[in-house]
Amino acid sequence: MFGYYFDLAMRSLKRNKVLTGLMVLAIAVGIGASMTTLTVMYLLSGDPLPGKSARIYYPQLDPETGADVRKNPADLLDYISAHDLWQSGKADRQTMVVFGSIKLQPGLAGQSPFMADTLATTSDFFPMFDVPFRYGGAWNAADEARGVRQVVISDVLNQRLFGGANSVGRTIVLNGTGVQVVGVLDHWRPRPLFYMLVGARYSGGDTGGYYVRPQDVFLPMPTALDINAGNFGWFSCWGKPDRMDLRNAPCESVGLWVQLDTAAKAAAYRRYLDAYDAQQRALGRLSHPANTRMMSLHEWMAYQNAVPSDVKLQTWLAFGFLLVCLFNTVGLLLAKFLRRSGEIGVRRALGATRGAIFAQCLAEAGVIGLLGGVGGLLLTLLGLWLVRQQPVAYADVVALNVPMLLLTILLAVAASLLAGAFPALRASRVPPALQLKTL
Amino acid sequence: MDILPILSTLRRHKITALLLVLEIALTCAIVCNAVFLINQRLERMKMASGVAEHELVQIQAFGIGDTADAKAHAQEDLTALRQIPGVKSVALVNQVPFTNSSWNTSVKLDPKQNQATLNATQYFGENLLQTFGTRLVAGRDFAPDEYLDMRLVARDEKLAKKVVSVIITRDLGQKLWPGQSALGKTLYLGGDPMRVVGVVAGLIRPSLFGGDATAQWSMVFPLRMDSDNASRYVIRTAPQDRERVLAAAAATLRKNDPHRIILEKKTLDDIRADFFQDDRAMAGLLAGVCIALLVVTALGIVGLGSFWVAQRRRTIGVRRALGATRGSILRYFQTENFLLATIGIALGMVLAYGINLFLMLHYELPRLPAYYFPIGAIALWLIGQVAVLGPAMRAAAVPPVVATRSV
Repeated sequence: MFGYYFDLAMRSLKRNKVLTGLMVLAIAVGIGASMTTLTVMYLLSGDPLPGKSARIYYPQLDPETGADVRKNPADLLDYISAHDLWQSGKADRQTMVVFGSIKLQPGLAGQSPFMADTLATTSDFFPMFDVPFRYGGAWNAADEARGVRQVVISDVLNQRLFGGANSVGRTIVLNGTGVQVVGVLDHWRPRPLFYMLVGARYSGGDTGGYYVRPQDVFLPMPTALDINAGNFGWFSCWGKPDRMDLRNAPCESVGLWVQLDTAAKAAAYRRYLDAYDAQQRALGRLSHPANTRMMSLHEWMAYQNAVPSDVKLQTWLAFGFLLVCLFNTVGLLLAKFLRRSGEIGVRRALGATRGAIFAQCLAEAGVIGLLGGVGGLLLTLLGLWLVRQQPVAYADVVALNVPMLLLTILLAVAASLLAGAFPALRASRVPPALQLKTL
Repeated sequence: MDILPILSTLRRHKITALLLVLEIALTCAIVCNAVFLINQRLERMKMASGVAEHELVQIQAFGIGDTADAKAHAQEDLTALRQIPGVKSVALVNQVPFTNSSWNTSVKLDPKQNQATLNATQYFGENLLQTFGTRLVAGRDFAPDEYLDMRLVARDEKLAKKVVSVIITRDLGQKLWPGQSALGKTLYLGGDPMRVVGVVAGLIRPSLFGGDATAQWSMVFPLRMDSDNASRYVIRTAPQDRERVLAAAAATLRKNDPHRIILEKKTLDDIRADFFQDDRAMAGLLAGVCIALLVVTALGIVGLGSFWVAQRRRTIGVRRALGATRGSILRYFQTENFLLATIGIALGMVLAYGINLFLMLHYELPRLPAYYFPIGAIALWLIGQVAVLGPAMRAAAVPPVVATRSV
């Protein structure tokens, strides 16, 4: 039966190519626009650490001693607080992060020096964030404490410096100091770069820059302090630093991330954070009223408004557009079906039930949806290509994936069936006698 | 034109007419808001910087770690840059407009205040205002002997107290002392008093993290930078010389120190274009969506119009046979479309207002100005009339003889 309806649908669609083309085009354009924005939205609002993000927390306190008291603590910690909390080892895993850049002199002749983005961190960073390695691995904690001259580099930097070869054991020069490569990352592209999500809440929704790829050089914290202490990229100071040294500067520049595997541990850590804060205020190192926080990674991403507001706006816009396209299709389908009232009257007189007419019309709408879906898919690919040409940090991750591809076709067919339901219903209620009379 | 017969016909096509009305309403609402958004973005891209944009180039250069003679290094660089033919002025500064990297501090009107009054940006660099081409509207520029070395001030609390003058923008002055002249007034950074010795027409902050309303909250201090604490060399030259000067300057800087890294060399026009690229992309996208929406709506009108004409072919024939002219048939369909468009537009206005309220709530947008409504209305009336013209002309071409057939 369905085969027959399909055949009828194809015949009917061929009869008025312009009208069919208009409907297919309307569905395709609507689907293309909404799927393009939805794919970008899906890619940017996903979980950067699937299966793990619920156990990752970001402790905060107010370390400032100036006259101004912030309502919310600064997005980073001062070095002393971060280091104390890190050293306590109270969490299942804990790591500090400090962003910066450093002058990198490649070991090979013929390559000129350049500024590389760095992350000064601690050995837990890699297992805690499930960072994949292609060659080698992280430095070990004991070496870290001694300020070992070892680094981990990104796959991109490894490609640039060593042509992608196994560079473990090779030496690069950072700020005039030779350091040995102990690990090379595999492709790793968390979206957003969650551990760098600092200050995004001030950006007025312009958060595209937080979707960059990870840093190129990962340094052990003590090593970074030895060779690059004055060069921390992001910070906010409540007093004048006497020397630009991270360790004793009255500045917030360090992020502390902890992994707490159970709710009980998280609650215990929260109490520990409060106790530490109270103790430091009792000692007189901190002077502001207690203002501790401990958000989970999800809460932190929501607090920082990670998804760019332009992307959200585009998604709303695209769905408004799809709605217009659907209204359009409903109107055109209605016109198309009712125009065939005479034919429908004959079929009804020959014994076709209302259900059969309804099914036949719906099959036609479904075929239009399928064609529109294929067109929409092509337009989605075009749209995503256009997004990739944009000068945005996330351009390289924008691509269609299988769930989105299936969703595109599904959405197109569902939309056109929805659009076809009412016209089909109307068509099935055509009174046969009236139509036959006018033939 | 008699409207009543049209209304009674439309009553027989309630659903199709309603669909068309809804489509027009939604299109009208989205287009009004989208055009408003486009204008917002275009306005933002015109934001005044207060500097001689077409005459400036910037080179960012990082030296190697050697800090002992950073001051001498910087002076050598500046001297060498000044000797390049066509260079009018050179400065080594801590920050440059539209580069998204900025030094900011809290400002107070009274040192005993608990909460700071506002947060403003700090420009440092000898000869900064002359090089930027920033226009002084009151007071004076810094005297050459007023400049102190940043490297010394940063380490010496007593010397830091000697930085007592500041030049601020007119906007910042108006924000701090509304309705008064800022000249001669005192503001406080931390506990340190600074006297306003000059007011400039405008000088934009390098990054707009505090929102566009704070864009002009800038202060300039008489501090001299060196190659250790600043990396941005700004050169002023004639617009046509920019590319040549930029290349020559990069070569000069590299010659002075072969180990340094030249990170960025660009004209300020390019830097500005990069800064607003998101806005440009968004405006383009919105414009594309508007056009696509209008085209889809127009095609919808054509489709439905053709259907109605075909459906009423015999009625038209009868009317023609009874003496209606081609013109009156044409006008019938045009009026019908005008009526539907008007209802759609009225509904669209309400919807546009609703969407605007939603955007105001979630995206910090201002209220949609009233003049967007008539613009949206006229656009949709025009689109409707153009789209219905084809079907209406086909209707007008129906010969009266149709009435005699197949009745």
